[in-house]
Amino acid sequence: MSKKVLERLKAQLGSKILATSDFRGDDEAIVALKDWLEVARFLRDDAELAFDHYLDMTAVDHPMREESGEPGPRFDVVLFVRSSTKNHRVRLRTRAADGEAVPSLFPVWAGASWSEREIFDMFGIPFEGHPDLRRILLYPEFQGHPLRKDYPIERTQPLVQYRDVDGIDKLPPFGPDMGQPWTRVDWAARMHGGDVQVSPAIGAQQGQRPALSKGPEYTLASGDKNPADAE
Amino acid sequence: METNYEELDEDGQLELPAEPMRLNMGPSHPAMHGTIRMVLDLDGETITDVDIQPGYLHRGFEKSCERGTWNQVFPYVDRLNYVSPMLNNVGFSLAVEKLAGLKVPERCTWYRMVLGELARISDHLTCNSASAMELGAFTPFLWCIKTRDFVWDILEQETGARLTHSFGRIGGMAKPPTEHFKEHTLAVLPQVEESIAETEALLLKNRIFLDRMQNVGNLRPERALALGVTGPVLRSTGVDYDVRKANPYMFYKDVDFDIPVGHDGDNFDRFMIRFEEIRQSIRIIRQCVEKMPDSGPVNVDDPRFVYPDKSQVYNTIEATIAHFKMVMEGVKVPAGEVYSYTEGGNGELGFFIVSDGTGTPYRVRVRPPCFLNLQACREMLVGDMIPDIVPTFGSINMIGGECDR
Amino acid sequence: MADIRGSGNAIPSKATPSKATMGGGDAGFVTTRLEELLGWARKYSLFQYPFVTACCGMEFMAVAGPRYDLARFGAEAPRFSPRQADLLWVVGTVSQRQAPALRRIYEQMGDPKYVLAFGTCASCGGFYDNYATVPGIDKIIPVDVYVPGCPPRPEAVLDGLMLLMEKVGQGKRGGALVVPPREVPAMAKIRKKGTAVFFGQERMAAEKALTEGEAPSVGELLEQSLAERPVESVTILSRDGEPKKHDDHH
Ligand code: SF4
Repeated sequence: MSKKVLERLKAQLGSKILATSDFRGDDEAIVALKDWLEVARFLRDDAELAFDHYLDMTAVDHPMREESGEPGPRFDVVLFVRSSTKNHRVRLRTRAADGEAVPSLFPVWAGASWSEREIFDMFGIPFEGHPDLRRILLYPEFQGHPLRKDYPIERTQPLVQYRDVDGIDKLPPFGPDMGQPWTRVDWAARMHGGDVQVSPAIGAQQGQRPALSKGPEYTLASGDKNPADAE
Repeated sequence: METNYEELDEDGQLELPAEPMRLNMGPSHPAMHGTIRMVLDLDGETITDVDIQPGYLHRGFEKSCERGTWNQVFPYVDRLNYVSPMLNNVGFSLAVEKLAGLKVPERCTWYRMVLGELARISDHLTCNSASAMELGAFTPFLWCIKTRDFVWDILEQETGARLTHSFGRIGGMAKPPTEHFKEHTLAVLPQVEESIAETEALLLKNRIFLDRMQNVGNLRPERALALGVTGPVLRSTGVDYDVRKANPYMFYKDVDFDIPVGHDGDNFDRFMIRFEEIRQSIRIIRQCVEKMPDSGPVNVDDPRFVYPDKSQVYNTIEATIAHFKMVMEGVKVPAGEVYSYTEGGNGELGFFIVSDGTGTPYRVRVRPPCFLNLQACREMLVGDMIPDIVPTFGSINMIGGECDR
Repeated sequence: MADIRGSGNAIPSKATPSKATMGGGDAGFVTTRLEELLGWARKYSLFQYPFVTACCGMEFMAVAGPRYDLARFGAEAPRFSPRQADLLWVVGTVSQRQAPALRRIYEQMGDPKYVLAFGTCASCGGFYDNYATVPGIDKIIPVDVYVPGCPPRPEAVLDGLMLLMEKVGQGKRGGALVVPPREVPAMAKIRKKGTAVFFGQERMAAEKALTEGEAPSVGELLEQSLAERPVESVTILSRDGEPKKHDDHH
């Protein structure tokens, strides 16, 4: 059953399907960005495929892909759909460069609306033709896109000025960058220079380089200094 | 929208002119469990449009996962759907095991199924009792919470924590079942049955309750599918999609159970489906307990993924080193991407995980069932009245931790 | 009231009794019998506003439920308007996006007002140490009692509530209390030795002794833990001298 989906796709769409895989039983097809909407429409409307059940859409950030020699631009956008009548499912993938707009699938499956808003919020991928592209999980004042690998995880952007009282600071082990740092990759450092694999905290201990890489600079809506930077 | 104010409505009463109004509800509204904001466009008391704004509990789940080890993700998945943490634990274990190509021993699978179904019972009890409470029926809430505590007692005895168990592991569970697991479980099930029967007796003849639930918040099946709705909300519309039946995982194809399906897609159907699912879960648990072997390993025999035994760690240097490396560097999961899905409390709970072969997840994406269910809430609410928001929202069972992550 | 508040904690209230009622014992020290009486009355009739955001809410339900029964402490009636409440439970994680709402709710409450941070997230942000969450609600509003735990067990919550009641009864303001752990005495010894060194066979032996019936009975444990928990045993974290952001609207 599952083979049939990919075969049908290849037979009907031919060269539009750039690659397919069925790693661990998950059927997947890769298409070019310009065919994204068309293939999605085909998935829904084709009588044999009949993918009428929208499941999910998400993105994956591969910031160093081009440098490391792998083909393809920075972001993977991944769609999951299922057919309620045929009970099969497929994963559709396309690739988009930073800032490149992806056609919105809202006209095909209404459920794509919030997922696309979330991807826009978390990765900063714009969707063309989306009726209402706003942030959904974060607040409008937030700058940057946290799920990009180079957004430092501990960079907060408070909406309320913190109180200025003694004794309310976090104590270890809840300081920044504590925990289990051995295998953690510091992407911001990697992308903006060095190629240190271990955590910045350990690097600092060994006197390798400054403690925390700052990543790209943002200014807060209020114009205040970010308390995270003040330390 | 055109309103002819001169017209009489069907009861022969003169419609009073009403200015369109915009009303804000939330983000901390007492009648809604969970924090969410709704901006309502009203015509009189009728909702003409609603902008639902989730995100008030966004805690950076996916980003946090990218900085720990694979096993350190378990505490975070606990807190996704915090009404049924065990289902998330099991779901994530299955996802990583799928990527790593592991097959857990039989005993572990039965154990996971029992614990998972217990979590489902606790989920549905909480959801239904909270929706009843929001309609003013406080007694069912107290009864169900009492029963839920009995269920939690089992889970606590097994895992050591009442709510946030962090009990799943890659390739098994943290501990084997305790000695009295089966007896204890079988002893609690009749209490659950009794309590839902009592609750139904109390509510299902109550005119107020029925009027506020029946034919309120309707959803059509085609729309539900296109909107990505799953779980009890989808089944209430008549679509019989349950991952446990449609794509059986673990040993669900070896046990007998039914999928309750509604036909109107209204609040009442969702309410009844949840209670019926509790009964089915009890059925499943009884069969699993019977089939679960009393002895045998719980973890896979693979030192790459499973921590060595504690007595070994304390007493031999090899095990100490192995343990140290696993804790500090993490379990190395082979590179690749998989999507693994299970039936969570609210619907299809999927984990899309990307590994680059190191001990830290490259990306963990959870398909949050109630995020997509909540999206369909707009469809259910438009055309209804303000008081209908509370039961409709309650019957979706939006769980902040999962919806906003 | 501003002069009193500004003059530090140890100075007795100069206000007349009727005024002192309005101020709600802000002056950190009890002088009059009337205030004592008010404190006693307040202690047993806390009107609460549950600001429930996350997983801790499940435990909050359990505490309010029949088994643990919050109602025994006079803190039963939830007020769903901050203006009618004097105890704010902050239950769960507060995200940066939520922070303005929390601050506003606190400011809407009338004096005297108390805040109980329920759970690790509310106390310090817990393990959500990232861009989205506030590392503890005390960054936004002053806190009276912290209840650690993720989520705290209902017993810990009740402990916290009792601590708060004691504090309210004495008319104290400022100075945050942390609910201390209820230790099983045999395990406490193990903990004191330090976790890093005290592992291995010695610890296993201790644990074994504990499970094999050398441990005291539940009743004894309870008695001990209650006896060991006078108010002095808790940590005083900070003295909060922050002036309030709004005027009394009496
Ligand atoms: S302290 Fe733990 S249980 Fe409570 S809200 Fe935070 S993560 Fe959830």
